[in-house]
Amino acid sequence: MSQAELIQHIPRLRRYARALLRDAARADDLVQDTLERALAKLDLWRPGSDLRAWLFTLMHNLFVNQVRASGNHAPCELDEAHDVPVSGGQAEAMAVRDIHAALARLPPEQREVMLLVGLEQFAYADAARILGVPQGTVMSRLSRARERMRQLLDGQQVTKLQAVK
Amino acid sequence: MNSINEDDLHAYADGLLEAGRRAEAEAWLAAHPEDAARVHAWAAQNRALHAAFDEVLNEPLPLELVRAASRRPIRSMQVWRAAAAVFVVTGAGLLGYGIGLNNAGAPVQYATLPQAAAIAHAVYSPEQRHPVEVEAQHADHLVAWLSKRLGHALHAPDFGKQGFELLGGRLLPGETGPVAQFMYQDGRNRRITLYVRRDETKQAETSFHHAREDGVEVFYWVDRGLGYALSGNVDQAEMGRLADAAYHQISF
Repeated sequence: MSQAELIQHIPRLRRYARALLRDAARADDLVQDTLERALAKLDLWRPGSDLRAWLFTLMHNLFVNQVRASGNHAPCELDEAHDVPVSGGQAEAMAVRDIHAALARLPPEQREVMLLVGLEQFAYADAARILGVPQGTVMSRLSRARERMRQLLDGQQVTKLQAVK
Repeated sequence: MNSINEDDLHAYADGLLEAGRRAEAEAWLAAHPEDAARVHAWAAQNRALHAAFDEVLNEPLPLELVRAASRRPIRSMQVWRAAAAVFVVTGAGLLGYGIGLNNAGAPVQYATLPQAAAIAHAVYSPEQRHPVEVEAQHADHLVAWLSKRLGHALHAPDFGKQGFELLGGRLLPGETGPVAQFMYQDGRNRRITLYVRRDETKQAETSFHHAREDGVEVFYWVDRGLGYALSGNVDQAEMGRLADAAYHQISF
């Protein structure tokens, strides 16, 4: 594995970490820990295997340790979503804020599945390997995450409509 | 028709069903509006995730992260480098006369030129706002400045005939001193970079070498005390033509 190979994966690791943690500085810290772990464990990577999936596996393990250490499974507060930078029209900006807020309300293990599949577009089997769980578990978490998101996003629309009246 | 289960609905929303199964799923959804509403909502969630987070991909890479990925006090990396050096030395032994690699100490250092160039390309070519330090409108100043810093007269080749225009350039730190990087872009926003550094070994001129560093095509050569490497995420044949154009402008 060359440095260039590793560096080329940084943008997508950053995107996933940002969506997972929302805080840009904490997200980059997680990416940095992941890169350092990758270099320290290079012996465990099989040349020819999927480097990206391996890096995401390392990041998942570090993330789980963080969640465990903080002992905080409670979802973040909705209010924290207000400072998200947005671009484009107001409707799009609203949608972006909503998705941040809804993601924050998911339990960490559901948020991970939601992002690995919906954002990073990993196949279900790859997501299962990254998370170290059976594929059936990935599917049930995905199902719960998507239905929860749907309720949250619909619920917000209802609230907004009521607020307008 | 096999009945469509919950997993199939997710796979449909994620575009993961193969054609035959997808057609069956579409027939199912046409007959089951509640499932159709859920699937559409899920696909919309995927789009919303991309809308919210894809901009991270275009952000400049923080230097700390590039450094973290570049550290190499690692055993296996050293093994890999040793293996690469052995390969290069052996290769030079076989081919050396043909390509003018007549300095026994040179190949090991020489092998890092395409790597360094590919890394610099990967770091700076995705930049949206600040791809270059000095823009092409100040090309004369850019070339004079970089020539002064490298201690050699540089020349930014013209790729107009190949459809690439100069965006500008920047000065980079290199292992052996200052490095110049010129960046070009074509009408489809594809970018190529020319990486130029002093070649301390003062070895003879060489013809082209080609390397691929994880998708980055690199053509490199040495000429009159300077090492050149042209990098791009462009197919090998086209990169070869671009490198040929650069080589003829610089070295003839």
